[in-house]
Amino acid sequence: MVSPKVIREDILRMIHSAGSGHPGGSLSLVEILIHLYWKEMRIDPDNPQWEDRDRLVLSKGHGAPALYSILARKGFFSTDKLETLRRFGSGLEGHPHMQSLPGLDCSTGSLGQGLGIAAGLALGLTIRKSRARVFCILGDGELQEGSIWESAMSIPALKQTNLIAIVDRNHVQLDDAVDKIMPLEPLAGKWKAFGWTVATCDGHDREDIEKAFSTVTDKPLVIIAETVKGKGVSFMENQALWHGKAPDKEQLRKALEELE
Amino acid sequence: MRATREGYVQGLLEAGEINEKVVVIDGDVSRSTGTTAFQKKFPERFFNLGIAEQNMAEYCAGLALAGFIPFYSTYAVFAAGRAWDQIRTSICNMNLNVRIGGAHGGTSVGPDGATHQALEDIAITRVLPNMTVLVPADANQTRQAVLASLEIDGPVYIRYGRNPVPEMYDRNKSVVPGKGHLLKEGGHASIIAAGAMLAPSLEAARTLSKKGIDVSVADMVSIKPLDTDLIQHLATSSEVIITAEDHQIAGGLFGAVSEYMSEHCPRRIIPVGVYNRFGCSGTPEEVMVHCGLTAEAIAGKVEEALIK
Ligand SMILES: Cc1ncc(C[n+]2csc(CCOP(=O)(O)OP(=O)(O)O)c2C)c(N)n1
Repeated sequence: MVSPKVIREDILRMIHSAGSGHPGGSLSLVEILIHLYWKEMRIDPDNPQWEDRDRLVLSKGHGAPALYSILARKGFFSTDKLETLRRFGSGLEGHPHMQSLPGLDCSTGSLGQGLGIAAGLALGLTIRKSRARVFCILGDGELQEGSIWESAMSIPALKQTNLIAIVDRNHVQLDDAVDKIMPLEPLAGKWKAFGWTVATCDGHDREDIEKAFSTVTDKPLVIIAETVKGKGVSFMENQALWHGKAPDKEQLRKALEELE
Repeated sequence: MRATREGYVQGLLEAGEINEKVVVIDGDVSRSTGTTAFQKKFPERFFNLGIAEQNMAEYCAGLALAGFIPFYSTYAVFAAGRAWDQIRTSICNMNLNVRIGGAHGGTSVGPDGATHQALEDIAITRVLPNMTVLVPADANQTRQAVLASLEIDGPVYIRYGRNPVPEMYDRNKSVVPGKGHLLKEGGHASIIAAGAMLAPSLEAARTLSKKGIDVSVADMVSIKPLDTDLIQHLATSSEVIITAEDHQIAGGLFGAVSEYMSEHCPRRIIPVGVYNRFGCSGTPEEVMVHCGLTAEAIAGKVEEALIK
């Protein structure tokens, strides 16, 4: 299993090299993605188009650097490619573009659409009698999109249990803290009221994440993963300013020094 | 060089002072579009509704019904695209005084890639009854477009960009719906441009004039209503018209000019714009070269057309 430190180093180097990108919401995703790709998902890097593979829809598409690092470390493509993030023709598009890179199951970037896509994908897999599952990662700010709640309503109605939603609950969006822009609480209560089973976990704790994923339920499962935006870099943690800003050379050096 | 978004924010600040009915709504991109400045100056008239573009458009419809002049802004893909049915049915159908700021228009968001490059917003707003569509080319003109919108009856879409562009207009040069500007006159061909393509069009005209080819360059800042007098004038003075826009060819400036000219003054019209494709990541310059949105591309089309 890859260490979170390696992924965080990749993320910081990639965004520094690109000169733009989203470090905060990439760093908060690391442990969740490691769990998914090393423990949870049935996938085959040598056969990225395998029909019965589990799928990931990264609805918060701006977290792409974290996903690209994971896919490279998993062997979908060479890690040498990582530093070409956001470059013309590299395939590592600013927001995931599935035709441009192996290992991507969906293109995203416009917030609020991923849960519905994941639901349709899960429905299709069910009709095809595939045992594959679909995982969908949502930002907490992203939950302000109304379309999320249209899908949140239909997924339990259609009794879709081959889909797991994960909320990267890092409490910060682009402009400011989620609480200041548009509060979400009681968040677990909202999902429950829509017919979901809710599990919560420390989104940076491997065992806690594993426990949440193993929740047994006959309803659709949403995992609210409590995370820290910018996790691992003191000056980025919980800072809206680091939502979409690349570290310069000195900031990169400092950040890399701090990683554990 | 200044980004047109700076002009948009300046215009908003002045509009807020001129008219106390002006209200600004943002969707969690206020640090990026710059509307934080309005929030600072008029905290009681600024609302950040979070990441919820359809809701923003609906709130604005309601605010307009209550007698206010709401401006909402976010990235143009979401401002015009995500909330399109709300714009159509709740804003345009009631002819409400909502102003929509389409930020980061065109290829100006470069590295963010296809999802964030608004290349269809002019087409989908222009097609709506009652809507005025303004596509200013520099920061001063964008400021003027915001101020002009205060006098317009009905909904207005203003498209602007993120990156610095050359300044071509005097601060006091006003924007009038239905009026474009003839910036250069020449008899061989005419370039009609809008927004970020105006500066490259002027550059193309300079290159061409060194080769003995004289072209007119017109700025169609008001894509709807279109300046038909200006088009008539250009049609009389030149055989070939070239349109230049940072947008899909289908439905944008080329569409608007073609629709008018095919009915009233048929001429050969050649488009420079994005041809039926999505953008991609890269620097804004790389993406513009890739999509053929350069002064060289414009000059090339003119020469090609004159040879044929
Ligand atoms: C429909 C839409 N509106 C606006 C944006 C611009 N945007 C990109 S990221 C972001 C904030 C996302 O916040 P959150 O979902 O909490 O993500 P995280 O904090 O995990 O990065 C915004 C507003 C977008 N990508 N899509």
